[in-house]
Amino acid sequence: MLIGMLEIQRSLVDSIVAHARADHPDEACGVIAGPAGSDQPVRFIPMVNAVRCPTLYEFDSKDLLRLYREMDDRDEIPVVIYHSHPATQAYPSITDITQASEPDAHYVLVSIRETGPLEGPFEFRSFRIVDGEVTEEEISIRE
Amino acid sequence: MSIEVRIPTILRPYTSGEKLVTAQGITLAEVISDLEINYPGIGERLIDENGLRRFINIYVNDEDVRFLDGLQSVIADNDSITILPAVAGG
Repeated sequence: MLIGMLEIQRSLVDSIVAHARADHPDEACGVIAGPAGSDQPVRFIPMVNAVRCPTLYEFDSKDLLRLYREMDDRDEIPVVIYHSHPATQAYPSITDITQASEPDAHYVLVSIRETGPLEGPFEFRSFRIVDGEVTEEEISIRE
Repeated sequence: MSIEVRIPTILRPYTSGEKLVTAQGITLAEVISDLEINYPGIGERLIDENGLRRFINIYVNDEDVRFLDGLQSVIADNDSITILPAVAGG
């Protein structure tokens, strides 16, 4: 079922995919912050995957505090929380579902399983994850 | 003595939507007990039988309590506490 929608600029999609390819074979992760209340992803913030792993990601705890303080100071929220699946489909794993902690965020997954670090096709999908429930949403890409 | 505690979005249902609350205590464990008295249910979202939950980060000022003394970390007057769920997945 598709309800809700993520509106995102093409350049931000490109940035996420480029980050996924750069960090291959590990998962890449990050945030796109936007003004509180706007639901508009604006500021691309790639994060370090502290566990450097092909099947897991976690923001470093110090980076996490810095990120949230900075967003608070700028009156921003994490509109998009993204990560890559280097070898599997762009759908939330069990771990993604149990760890999801931002009910208002769009959880974006990008899979680069076809070509890994190289240019080529990718899967790019967006979900809400609230109380263990996953709802896919449409994506509207603005040029 | 009163300590400011920043509450993340996902736990604000316990605090009637408040982002910043105050609590009392000399150690982090005491602060969490005090939060539980005023905001019932919040405690078990922070700790389980093994202590601080694996995917909850709590900071005293700028320091992750895992690098201090965990739940026994001493809280001084004017310290501020920030609770942030880990951003993690698979």
